[in-house]
Amino acid sequence: MIVGIKNLTKTYTMGDVSVKALRGINLSVDEGEFVAIMGASGSGKSTLMNIIGCLDRPTGGTYTLLSHNAGILNRKELASIRNSHIGFVFQSFNLIPRTTALENVELPVHYRHGIPSVKARKLARESLERVGLGERIHHVPNQLSGGQQQRVAIARALVNDPAILLADEPTGALDSHTSVEVMALFQELNAQGKTVIVVTHEPDIARYTKRIIRMRDGTIISDQKVDTPRSALKDLAVLKQEII
Amino acid sequence: MRVTRLLATAMKSILRNRMRSLLTMLGIIIGVASVIDMVAVGKGAQVQIEDQISAMGSNMVMIWPGAASSRGRQMGAGSRQTLKLDDAEKLQRECPLVTAASAISRTSGQVISSSGNWQTTVYGVSPSYLTIREWELQSGVSFTERDIRASAKKAILGKAVSEELFGDQDPIGAKIRIRNVPFTVIGLLKSKGNSSAGQNQDDIILAPVTTVMNRLSGSRWVNQIVVSVTDMNLMDEAQNQIESVLRQSHRIPLHEENDFRIMNQTEMMDRATQMTGVMTLLLGAIAGVSLVVGGIGIMNIMLVSVTERTREIGIRMAIGARGSDILMQFLVESVVLSVMGGVIGIAVAWSLAWAADSFLGLRTEIVPSTIALAFIFSAAVGVFFGFYPARKASMLDPIDALRYE
Ligand SMILES: Nc1ncnc2c1ncn2[C@@H]1O[C@H](COP(=O)(O)OP(=O)(O)OP(=O)(O)O)[C@@H](O)[C@H]1O
Ligand SMILES: [Mg+2]
Repeated sequence: MIVGIKNLTKTYTMGDVSVKALRGINLSVDEGEFVAIMGASGSGKSTLMNIIGCLDRPTGGTYTLLSHNAGILNRKELASIRNSHIGFVFQSFNLIPRTTALENVELPVHYRHGIPSVKARKLARESLERVGLGERIHHVPNQLSGGQQQRVAIARALVNDPAILLADEPTGALDSHTSVEVMALFQELNAQGKTVIVVTHEPDIARYTKRIIRMRDGTIISDQKVDTPRSALKDLAVLKQEII
Repeated sequence: MRVTRLLATAMKSILRNRMRSLLTMLGIIIGVASVIDMVAVGKGAQVQIEDQISAMGSNMVMIWPGAASSRGRQMGAGSRQTLKLDDAEKLQRECPLVTAASAISRTSGQVISSSGNWQTTVYGVSPSYLTIREWELQSGVSFTERDIRASAKKAILGKAVSEELFGDQDPIGAKIRIRNVPFTVIGLLKSKGNSSAGQNQDDIILAPVTTVMNRLSGSRWVNQIVVSVTDMNLMDEAQNQIESVLRQSHRIPLHEENDFRIMNQTEMMDRATQMTGVMTLLLGAIAGVSLVVGGIGIMNIMLVSVTERTREIGIRMAIGARGSDILMQFLVESVVLSVMGGVIGIAVAWSLAWAADSFLGLRTEIVPSTIALAFIFSAAVGVFFGFYPARKASMLDPIDALRYE
């Protein structure tokens, strides 16, 4: 088990108004799973992802990542867990502007300690090749298309070989064809053994995963295994034929 | 993160906003340059005064009339008239450690020759004066003890005076009138060059002290006595001898203060150093304030920079940067900024000092330790004023920073 969540709650308080974003979540994710989290806007998907990604802390309940009790870790420990065990992919790519693709991907390696620059560069190149961006590595984000930027972001998330890949609406800013390409990449990574959790609104996207979790008002309302996930690669081939 | 990586990141961010970085650095540049140059000007003045004092001739002791008030209240030289021509002679006769003594009676006046006229200072001295000051004649002869006794109307001209009165011509043997009293020029001093703050040391006439007192100033008192002693190492003893001879001569009772002041070259040097030292310190301190103001400029820009890059900070934190990594990133940036300003400031100080020296004739003396100090201080300014913004950045919440628009 990679992710173990018990009775997790998260309450935001702003002045005297408090919002219960998560109200008692129980969830466990094992190694090699490919999970989609779905739900209406405001149902708490991002809140849950941020906690799983150690960017945020729960208000109550327990969260175990690998063997760490994430609820009791301090800022510094959370940072090093994010660095070595978690790869985060955002809807808005979140690449550092005016910084080349290669340098963006190198960055998590530099925050790991004792890695020489040459090694960092080598790991970054390999990671970029893995997501299919061998060239264009010296381009800065605004010289790249949305799909390419998201690939750079995925390469950056993978560069430290994390235990789990978290993607919060990774296809939200992409067209349908590019979205399928990104999902094909996730499927490929998952086939290589990487654990992946994706948040999405779109049922079409969720169909590429192996397990679908639905949320409403901060709770999980269903958790289903997908018997036969669609193959994104096959869909891409079909799309290609349609264009020809 | 490694230091080299931190430096590279800082340089990149500084170069990205060239104009802004330059303007920010300007405060440090001005601060560092003014500290170095202010101290250089102060030091220059000190060196100049010291040069002048040591050019006065070694082993020299000077005596002025007036009490040497130990309470810091000093009367100007000559404010009291206590030194007589006699005193100089007595010192020479009665102090074994005194090799030569000369009274000085100073007066100023209009000097006329056949071809020009000039306003200058006339020093009435004895023949030994040239030896004591280690001055040399370029041509002609000095006057003698007989000339002193006879109040002979003979004069030795400084180079500048000679040029004003006679141009390129040899002045020896020529007649001049000082305050309408006729004199014969018997000697010409070697040029000692232009010295302190535009004061021309060659603008001087020497004449027998008796002549000046009797025929020009009409005073019974002398302005000063200069004495040379046999050995620098016996200076204290010589001064004691001089003091006791003068006290006796002036009939000063046992518990009363001297009515004259004795000072040797070392003491004058000490005094000058002390004075210019205070001035240098003051100038340096004033300049130091501008360095602090420069630091505040850095803090201001770093705060803006942290706000602008909040989202970037969030991204870095999301991929595993720790608070300390973010802190170092911004701290290094502000230190690099201020150290670059410091280095440029040193270069600016250097060129300004050189320009002042060569074009304005203002003596400047760059003190190496101020360069080191200014450099260290500018780095310290970077750390001090960069710390608050950097800490602010490092304390950001990753989620809040990522959401920042
Ligand atoms: N920082 C915050 N402060 C206060 N309330 C918050 C904060 N973040 C989220 N919320 C609230 O928590 C609830 C869950 O938000 P969350 O972002 O997790 O929803 P979501 O499922 O990701 O929605 P979307 O599909 O629109 O991204 C919402 O009601 C939201 O307003
Ligand atoms: Mg969301």
